[in-house]
Amino acid sequence: MITTSGLTKVYRSRGREVTALDGVDLHVREGEVYGVIGQSGAGKSSLIRCINLLERPTSGTVTVAGQDLTALAGRGPRAGKELRRARSRIGMVFQHFNLLSSRTVQDNVELPLEILGVSGRQRSRRALELLDLVGLADKARAYPAQLSGGQKQRVGIARALAGDPKVLLSDEATSALDPETTRSILQLLRDLNRQLGLTVLLITHEMDVVKSICDSAALMDKGRIVESGTVSELLATPGSQLAAALFPVGGEASAEDRTVIDVTFHGEAATQPVISQLSRTYNVDVSILGAAVDTVGGLQVGRMRIELPGRYEDNVVPVGFLREQGLQIDVVEPEKAPRAKSPLVKEGVK
Amino acid sequence: MTWSEMQPLLSQACWDTLYMVGWSTLIAVVGGLPLGVLLVLTDKGGLLQNVVANKVIGQVVNIARSMPFIILMVALMSFTRWVTGTTIGREAAIVPLAIGAIPFFARLVETAVREVDAGLVEAVQAMGGNTWTVVRKVLVPEALPSLISSATTTVVALIGYSAMAGTVGAGGLGDIAIRYGYQRFETELMWITVAILAVVISVIQFAGDFAARSLHRRGGRSGPAPKLRLLKAEKPAAAGTPGPAEVNTEVSKVA
Repeated sequence: MITTSGLTKVYRSRGREVTALDGVDLHVREGEVYGVIGQSGAGKSSLIRCINLLERPTSGTVTVAGQDLTALAGRGPRAGKELRRARSRIGMVFQHFNLLSSRTVQDNVELPLEILGVSGRQRSRRALELLDLVGLADKARAYPAQLSGGQKQRVGIARALAGDPKVLLSDEATSALDPETTRSILQLLRDLNRQLGLTVLLITHEMDVVKSICDSAALMDKGRIVESGTVSELLATPGSQLAAALFPVGGEASAEDRTVIDVTFHGEAATQPVISQLSRTYNVDVSILGAAVDTVGGLQVGRMRIELPGRYEDNVVPVGFLREQGLQIDVVEPEKAPRAKSPLVKEGVK
Repeated sequence: MTWSEMQPLLSQACWDTLYMVGWSTLIAVVGGLPLGVLLVLTDKGGLLQNVVANKVIGQVVNIARSMPFIILMVALMSFTRWVTGTTIGREAAIVPLAIGAIPFFARLVETAVREVDAGLVEAVQAMGGNTWTVVRKVLVPEALPSLISSATTTVVALIGYSAMAGTVGAGGLGDIAIRYGYQRFETELMWITVAILAVVISVIQFAGDFAARSLHRRGGRSGPAPKLRLLKAEKPAAAGTPGPAEVNTEVSKVA
């Protein structure tokens, strides 16, 4: 649905060059929720603005719903008619909502329809429909200033859907909201994705967002995509930074001669009592250093860091047993442990 | 001078002032609004970025604003004759008043429009809006409370300039105060005109503030409406009075 290839954006100011995007290849499939995560300055914002060409990419192409937007852009700095048409079919939601304070909620939702030249009566019918969809039918006559942050974002979402888009871009839509409201907005996005078959590309710095609604995710750093894939693929990838950040498990070995391993459960294995089997079968004492269990995309996924007595050489058989159970095993080397303290993980945990 | 002598003079003068200020305000708003918006749009990073046009418009505005009003009136005489067919009377005074006020209002518009959140512009662009849509649906409506405050300031400044319009025989309250009150030592008449001016300006300022504030309340943008305090009209030329800092600096630059 959304494909970028070799997307590069270089900002030049006073002779200095800053590369915000460095050859980004992104592929978002139709009907999925795709999360791009990264720290501030990683290039997420530039990426999402290049998708609807609010920012002109320096090079590379952007294709949305089979239409090459970069070809429509023309050479001048102003957006031509074709590009504006294409933009009206891409919804966008903003971190700071960007609602017009001089218009009522309903008039805000009608704005994209005014731009599309829809007649007055149809506009108001569609706007009320959309407000109903986001659960704000009773606020049509209110002004944005009278709404809470979560309600404002609902209006922002209703507005983004007015042009009947197939694609929704979300620019840190929940970053200005409290955790409770964040959950309800994410739930709304998820519902819209399911009900309307909407493809959602969201950028965020919050791991929880990816965890709760994304089908696929990409990790960005310094203008490049470091890792990408479906969430279940990522979790199954040994040593994946995103997987580690999604399920951060801490805990250091309690003594020198211990083996620390990370066990990742998904699918069937998640419901099996493997640890107690391990303990009984091999008569080993298992200590749990840390664990996290969550449901991602309807599947139970968990990660656990356990400690076995003795060095790795002494534990080859029990580890082999765990692998046989269909679990993903990463042996944590003592010097590898600090990886869990990378800035990304900290941000994710926060 | 008795009241029966003063009364027709004063009512004629009030009418003349309102006539001149009314028309010139209208023209100043019609001319200054697009000019101010253009100053923002053509600026660096603007939607119609055009450094040359921006510099040219900016310079023209600066030159027009730096010209003392009485000089502007003289300088524009041939233009005034071309427009109105005369250089004497109320109609003739409207031309320099309007031309003096256009750049003044344009600068105020520029400041007001610049305050509009860039995120709103981006949102409308993302919906597929063009530059004209951005101006019509975002910049002007969102800046409206500030624009009304700016228009109020312009009206008050114009009442100040209009005192000088007496020099081209246009009449008005300021003219009465100078000719009768000052030159003929009719102190009483002078104070009456000053009082009338003070009332007129207070009412205009109050109405402007009220309109701006109620729009703000409706939109309820965070923070209070920009405060424009009353200009004390101690002299007929309101422009020359030592008023509150912000408004006064704007006014004194033009006068």
